[in-house]
Amino acid sequence: MPERVVSDVVCPFCGCLCDDIEVVVRENRIVEVREACALGTAKFMSLSVGERITKPLLRVDGSVRQVSLEEALKEAAKMLADAERPLLYGWSSTECGAQAVGVALAEVLGGVLDNTSSVCHGPTVLATQDVGCPSCTLGQVKNRADLIIYWGCNPMQAHPRHMSRYTTFPRGFFRERGVKDKKIVVIDVRHTETARLADRFIQVELGKDYELLAAMRAALKEYEIPEKVAGVSRKDILEVVELMKNCQFGALFFGMGLTMSFGKHRNVDNAISLVKDLNAYTKFIIMPMRGHYNVAGANTVFTWETGFPYAVDFSRGYPRYNPGETAANDVLQNEECDAALIVASDPVSHFPAKAVKHLASIPVISIDFHHTPTTEISKVVIPAAVAGVEVEGTAYRMDTVPIRLKKVVEPPEGCLPDREILRMLLEKVCEIKGVETPVVKHA
Amino acid sequence: MTKHMILIKNGFVYDPINKIDGEKMDIAIKEGKIVDPKKVKEKEAKVIDARGKVVMPGGVDIHSHVAGPKVNAGRLFRPEDGRRQVRPFGQGLRAETGFSVPNVFATGYRYAQLGYTTVMEAATPPLKTRHTHEEMSDTPILDQGAYLILDNNWVIMEYLKAGEYEKCAAFVAWMLRSMKCFGIKSVNPGGDENWGWGKNISSVRDRVIYFDISPAEIIQGLIRVNEMLGLPHSFHIHCNNLGLPGSYTTTLETFGLSDGMPISPKVGERSQNLHVAHIQFYSYGGEDWKTFESKGDEVAKYLNNHSNITVCLGQVTFDETTTMTADGPFEYLLQSINKLKWINRDVELETSSGIVPYIYRPRSLVNAVQWAAGLEVALLTKNPWQIMMSTDHPNAGPFTRYPRVVKWLVSKKAREETIAKCHETLPNRSSIASIDREYTLYEVAVVTRASAAEALGISGFKGHLGVGADADVAIYDFNPEKQDPSREPEALEKALSRALYTIKRGHIVVENGEVVGDAPKRVFWADICFDEELEKQVLDELHETFAKYYTVSMSNYPISEEYLVGSTPIKITSK
Amino acid sequence: MKELYLISKGQPKVPLEAEVIKPDSLAGLSTEEIANLIIYRGNRRVRLGEYFEVKGESADNPEELRIIVEGDVSRTKYIGAEMSAGELIVNGSPYMYLGAWMSGGKIVVNGNVGDFAALEMSGGELVINGNAGNYLGAAYRGNWRGMSDGLIVVKGNAGAEIGSWMMGGKIVVEGSTGPFTGVHMSDGIIVVYGGLGPRAGAQMTWGSIVVYGYAPELLPSFSFNEVIPAVEIEEERFEGPFIEYVGDLAEEGEGSIYLLEEKNKHLKPQ
Ligand code: SF4
Ligand SMILES: [Zn+2]
Repeated sequence: MPERVVSDVVCPFCGCLCDDIEVVVRENRIVEVREACALGTAKFMSLSVGERITKPLLRVDGSVRQVSLEEALKEAAKMLADAERPLLYGWSSTECGAQAVGVALAEVLGGVLDNTSSVCHGPTVLATQDVGCPSCTLGQVKNRADLIIYWGCNPMQAHPRHMSRYTTFPRGFFRERGVKDKKIVVIDVRHTETARLADRFIQVELGKDYELLAAMRAALKEYEIPEKVAGVSRKDILEVVELMKNCQFGALFFGMGLTMSFGKHRNVDNAISLVKDLNAYTKFIIMPMRGHYNVAGANTVFTWETGFPYAVDFSRGYPRYNPGETAANDVLQNEECDAALIVASDPVSHFPAKAVKHLASIPVISIDFHHTPTTEISKVVIPAAVAGVEVEGTAYRMDTVPIRLKKVVEPPEGCLPDREILRMLLEKVCEIKGVETPVVKHA
Repeated sequence: MTKHMILIKNGFVYDPINKIDGEKMDIAIKEGKIVDPKKVKEKEAKVIDARGKVVMPGGVDIHSHVAGPKVNAGRLFRPEDGRRQVRPFGQGLRAETGFSVPNVFATGYRYAQLGYTTVMEAATPPLKTRHTHEEMSDTPILDQGAYLILDNNWVIMEYLKAGEYEKCAAFVAWMLRSMKCFGIKSVNPGGDENWGWGKNISSVRDRVIYFDISPAEIIQGLIRVNEMLGLPHSFHIHCNNLGLPGSYTTTLETFGLSDGMPISPKVGERSQNLHVAHIQFYSYGGEDWKTFESKGDEVAKYLNNHSNITVCLGQVTFDETTTMTADGPFEYLLQSINKLKWINRDVELETSSGIVPYIYRPRSLVNAVQWAAGLEVALLTKNPWQIMMSTDHPNAGPFTRYPRVVKWLVSKKAREETIAKCHETLPNRSSIASIDREYTLYEVAVVTRASAAEALGISGFKGHLGVGADADVAIYDFNPEKQDPSREPEALEKALSRALYTIKRGHIVVENGEVVGDAPKRVFWADICFDEELEKQVLDELHETFAKYYTVSMSNYPISEEYLVGSTPIKITSK
Repeated sequence: MKELYLISKGQPKVPLEAEVIKPDSLAGLSTEEIANLIIYRGNRRVRLGEYFEVKGESADNPEELRIIVEGDVSRTKYIGAEMSAGELIVNGSPYMYLGAWMSGGKIVVNGNVGDFAALEMSGGELVINGNAGNYLGAAYRGNWRGMSDGLIVVKGNAGAEIGSWMMGGKIVVEGSTGPFTGVHMSDGIIVVYGGLGPRAGAQMTWGSIVVYGYAPELLPSFSFNEVIPAVEIEEERFEGPFIEYVGDLAEEGEGSIYLLEEKNKHLKPQ
């Protein structure tokens, strides 16, 4: 059997969305992955082996049985249509077409629609809504930046090619000597692998990022600051601020170390505000290190269709938004929702116990390609093809550059794209609700 | 098929392209096109009694920010605007949110309610144009197209600097085809590249950092390329120095750059080689904010002597709105003045953008002058075919205010009422109070549909009601025999705000001001055949640029036609 | 003043939304009409009467109406939302958005309130005789215009981000506050009698926070100004002596935090 090499494949794993991957396919199986990092390679390779779900499952009274897709969809539609406050969650590890059908489904159902950003960069969104966000595409950083700051993130582990493709190591148009033309600063609570590659490491006390940012901003404006803030000496703070002021193009990347530590969105707010301040002196941008490969796409699609990027509540027929009330964890921990549809996500593994407890007490439908703790508690499980490997579609990189995902192999028999499954579900729900099925035009 | 036939009887028809000025006549529709009324039997058609009503072609908007990355970033960071105007899902329609940054469904529905059927997205950065298409495809009812930002593009600047116009044209042809875009857009030429270093450009003769080219060279180069390719629309520019006191001199200089340049569309019948967007935003005199004044009169004077230039207004409407433009440095300046939240989005090798909320207040002298400047240009430019309605949505106000802008155009009384609410020194800074001209309904029809259709080069099938045109029709509840727009401007504003009927390609989409359905959509783009050999050569050179400086693979850069709902290539053979 | 009683018959698990419970909506209606008003339970529309027994008598004008809500309202959102006149007494602990966007009238809660109470309040009075949640008198997401006028009094404690983007009015918390008290505030007064939560006054540009209780620490972007015996803010005198800090310098702000000297000696520079 001849091998087929598919080039410029997009990696559907992390927010770097590297689009230079080569995938070698033999007999509809991926046998080799080139250029990708270990994480990306693992995602491609894991699909042909392991815990793939290939048949719809229905869990009744503790026992699981395989059912037809038709029966599974019928059961799922009924559960959702009966619910008074269904939650539709996940969406960040699938393509935009599926997300768009998800919006229509939430709208028809009068449900709560949320994506995984509510547990990663939701605070970044909240901060952006308060103070904005000066940013750019990654190529702008590659070509121009001479100062890169990673704050509360560890790309070497979570986004392994971020430094080599976009920031630190590549030669850019105005940075011909690559890493020699750049300074790297890491600010974190731990001395991470990324910190080891940095020219300068600042260790901030756990949960004190906001204080450090506040001091840096005050110092930038030439106010006197205390001797030591957040475990960092005044001298270090002043030196870093000088570095920032005097670079030609600075870029601050941040991760969950800021968004999920004490202060959450206010940490990001102050970080963004610092970068805004710096633009009075030089060019400076800030960018969140988005985790799931298409979480930015979920924010994007939800926004153009509903006006809001996540945590969208359709219970009154029109979209409402207020994280703190309408995010997945809010409606779960407050025990508001009475059914859930989970698409390409595993909240049981990632949500706090209180949320999981409620999730386990309500009817859950999962659409996924493999078994997870969430599919284990689901009443209905519908097997899906994997977007970006078995299904085409669009995904948005962490800098919101949209890229066309490729299909490199055929999905296993019986595994349909999320989009198709959701379309069928939407039709069935509309039938029960007696409303016209909205046309989802999205590609 | 019966349902595809509509007969609109006895309306007062305003169809400037066919020189019809309020004549009482019938308009017939069959299979999505305007046909001879004799060809439609009354019994087989849906008959609309338009007696005592105004009938116009569907509105055509030449410049509106309705889809794409910065529009969406505007929505994302303004939830407080999102909750300002909502409508629930139901009656086959999707839910609406947003006042100045409506979601895509609200965008389509609200334009249709105004009787508009064609809306061009004003600016899309190439690298993110896939996003723009995704949104346009998701926008109901409207026919659309997008202008591709090309002026701060490294490849273009290099070609133009080297004087390689042919290669530049080949590259532009490839870009428009790859991005499925309609025309060439320029936004603060050179200024955005400098913004990559936190700097700007201060005149058309200034030089771009490193690339060592001036805005003037970029502008003239792209006008030349535009005409070499024979695009349906002309070069479309957002000038340098937008928003600044004294900017009208830059505007006049920019105007001057088009002097003597060719006008050679291969498609359509435009008579301009330069379209200047939202003219209001740089029709200002004064040395600083304190001496800020309108120079709308000077701009109009120039337009009156140069028929090769068209403009759209960018009229200020006195609302709380969201400014968004590819002019990155301008938005930075704006946030430093109003201290509100600020998004910036630079795009590698191509362009930039910024977004800042803004509240226009009549009591602010600067805002009042801005309001007056737009109207001065509209009222002092003699030929309405050089003028197009726009609020540069949502920059100077949301498009839903077009009827209010019309009110100011048709009625001196309405203007006086607004002037009375404005800062008291406005009359010293603008001639607006002394202008007597009032637009006729015919002129309103020109600036809201006909002139845009013509300037876009689509007047063969858009913006008129002649046989063969797209059956895009708006019917308004205003009786020109009984009502005088000048004396009852509010009645006209109300009528234009909620069309009695909007018909898009033969489908009734609005009835009694309410959206009742969707219609087949089209997205127009320029499919140019220029010089295949040269294009190959250009693409060879481009491979290296991608490999070294872009962060996406060149093969993943072009956008396939499947992204477009109703993809409608406009074939152009340039050589 | 006419009195109208809404007596809870119990609460569903899926929360209710009942913004009609305010004098503006109930004035001029008969008890029967009131019972037939629509409230929301998740995506369903239900009758108010399904969850509340309606007793007493309504008034013609909201100004003359006092609504008394009795019993369990722990799953009911939006009670008193957008209220502009009259009185509302809640003998219970309402869920989120109590009195949100209220512009006038008076609400008294004899219980605790959930998050987002008195969001973007622009007038009137809210008295909470128990604890308040997060975002009390705060701005809605994205809005840089928070509470602009009116008075909020909390007898117990309050949560995080109370008075965010506040630009006027007054919030008094007799207990302690959570993190980010008065974050981004640009005017108005917050008075705290109990402990002051961390990061108070963060990114404030103007306005005052008066603290009679203990403040463990302030942000490094606040600077000590002086010790003053008392302070007068908008014609109200607060007796000290206070340690005054000014900030948030990160915003080049000129807001003031007045800390009672007696309880906060550790914040007095040596
Ligand atoms: S860095 Fe991310 S996108 Fe790139 S190959 Fe690794 S996992 Fe895939
Ligand atoms: Zn514009």
